[in-house]
Amino acid sequence: MTATAPPRRAPEAGPSSGKSAAGRRLRPRIVERLRQGGLPYLLLLPAVLAELLIHIVPMFFGILISFKNLTLFYIHHWNSAPWAGFDNYKAAVKIHQPIGEALLHSFWVTLSYTLLSVALSWLLGSAAAILLQDKFRGRGLIRTLFLVPYALPAYAALITWTFMFQQDTGLVNHVLHDQLHLTSSKSFWLIGDNSFWAMVIVSVWKSWPFAFLALMAGLQNIPRELYEAAAMDGAGVWQQIRKITMPSLRPVNQVIVLVLFLWTFNDFNTPFVMFGQNPPHQADLISIHIYQSSFINWNFGSGSAMSVLLLLFLLVVTAIYLLVTSRGRSENDV
Amino acid sequence: MSRFTEQPSPMAQPKSFLWTRRVVLTLLLTFVLVPVYVMLSSSLKSLQDVQGSFKWIPHSLTFKPYVDIWKTIPLAHYFVNSVIVCVSATVFSVALAIFAAYGVSRYRFMGRKVFTVTVLSTQMFPGILFLLPLYLIFVNIGNSTGITLNGSRLGLIITYLTFSLPFSIWMLAGYFDSIPRDLDEAAKVDGCGPLGALFRVVVPAAVPGIVAVSVYAFMTAWGEVLFASVMTNESTRTLAVGLREYATQNDVYWNQVMAASIVVSLPVVAGFLLLQRYLVAGLTAGAVK
Repeated sequence: MTATAPPRRAPEAGPSSGKSAAGRRLRPRIVERLRQGGLPYLLLLPAVLAELLIHIVPMFFGILISFKNLTLFYIHHWNSAPWAGFDNYKAAVKIHQPIGEALLHSFWVTLSYTLLSVALSWLLGSAAAILLQDKFRGRGLIRTLFLVPYALPAYAALITWTFMFQQDTGLVNHVLHDQLHLTSSKSFWLIGDNSFWAMVIVSVWKSWPFAFLALMAGLQNIPRELYEAAAMDGAGVWQQIRKITMPSLRPVNQVIVLVLFLWTFNDFNTPFVMFGQNPPHQADLISIHIYQSSFINWNFGSGSAMSVLLLLFLLVVTAIYLLVTSRGRSENDV
Repeated sequence: MSRFTEQPSPMAQPKSFLWTRRVVLTLLLTFVLVPVYVMLSSSLKSLQDVQGSFKWIPHSLTFKPYVDIWKTIPLAHYFVNSVIVCVSATVFSVALAIFAAYGVSRYRFMGRKVFTVTVLSTQMFPGILFLLPLYLIFVNIGNSTGITLNGSRLGLIITYLTFSLPFSIWMLAGYFDSIPRDLDEAAKVDGCGPLGALFRVVVPAAVPGIVAVSVYAFMTAWGEVLFASVMTNESTRTLAVGLREYATQNDVYWNQVMAASIVVSLPVVAGFLLLQRYLVAGLTAGAVK
């Protein structure tokens, strides 16, 4: 990322430092040294403090309270909440009891949702980026329009989709039932099995422009000479896409698939805006599941234990993913 | 920061490619634009129209929903809250990012790598993991010191500024790297301290990057739902949560919901489209580096 800068001179203590008796000179020298060597730390300090307060401390605090029996009763004096040991974790992983069973169900829903959404978003993003690689009339306009879902605030877009999925008044049923006559009656989209698919469609609509954006940038880095040479050798457009474009995009693909996976797996907005605090069973994504068990049932200990398990899962997946996808790539690729 | 260069085709394209392009792009445009059309057209329909079966073409156009949205819920109040929270969060986030990015870009020091990796990875962690403890921390800070963070705008501002901070630092550090070091050295020779060099040389040269980061920070804050839903109360509620109130009434005023969605989207969409070139270049610079 930023490793390209030339090496910097080590901070110097000033010309006068070496010669005189140590005692009296020592203090100014240290101050001077601190001032020079400390400057980068000083520059970073505000950002570090903000990150500590909002991300790092809460994360460790979250791990701590996952071992506590923290209910609404203790919310104003959390440290007097009784210790629970591993009880919260045990409850979360006992898959034959209600809490564990619901969590496992939510996990599978989230995993299917994420895999489908990421795959489709990547597919659409790649297709659009590759098809817009060459100049033609209207290209700039199309590119701008494709970015609209990315620019819209998530909740505004989600509310619109919710309206489109309404049973009586929505566009989706109007097209499927009234215009195309594909369904025998107007189906429900926001409850039951359909709610899962409705959520996937909306998620793809929101995420694919990001893949498009990143891939478009990745395409800029492919040297034109490669295409010219291939064309001289008689390779057609399709062959060029297969033999040059796709392999060159590998590093970008590695990043965007991971980023999309993590975003989608942690997605809260989509179910929350579409279904409210009680999503249908088929659309019970893990973020909202944890939210519910924490803020609706007021059991922070249990909610935190689930969050920690979620974090561990994501860390393991990320590590495995990076190991597998980085294998066989030269080191300076990364 | 390379803009998207226009690449003429290296060879004539076969019919199959041209047709694929036409068909795929048309389908994608339809997919992208239908919700936008629904939003726009429904916001101009009467309540009677949106409560019946959906019509592609409105019977008649009315601007009444745009007048009514301000009365049905205290939208103006939520709007002001959102503006205060998001503008403050953006200003602070960008300021902190400028300092941090300058440190990362211009100095080599112990912990530099750890800093960048840690900060970036926090962005990938589930928001729900921070939400519960942060809520408790805010509640308990309020109890012990009297500083209200939970339910206040201040708490939301501090929270939001960290959301865009990692990416902003990353992006700006990349931008600063592209500004020649000789410029700061020259400024230092002229008697500027390191901060003088930052503000007189580096910042002016990095305006496009700073603009891009600001837009990104603002968009991130403006669209946030999860933390806003927990950390605000009646008086500090932001648009992200407030808009739901149209939909929780007995009668859902879909035309007003759509009109309000357009009104709250306008600032960010307009900003995004105006500054698109900077933003696209900036946002993607990291992904390909």
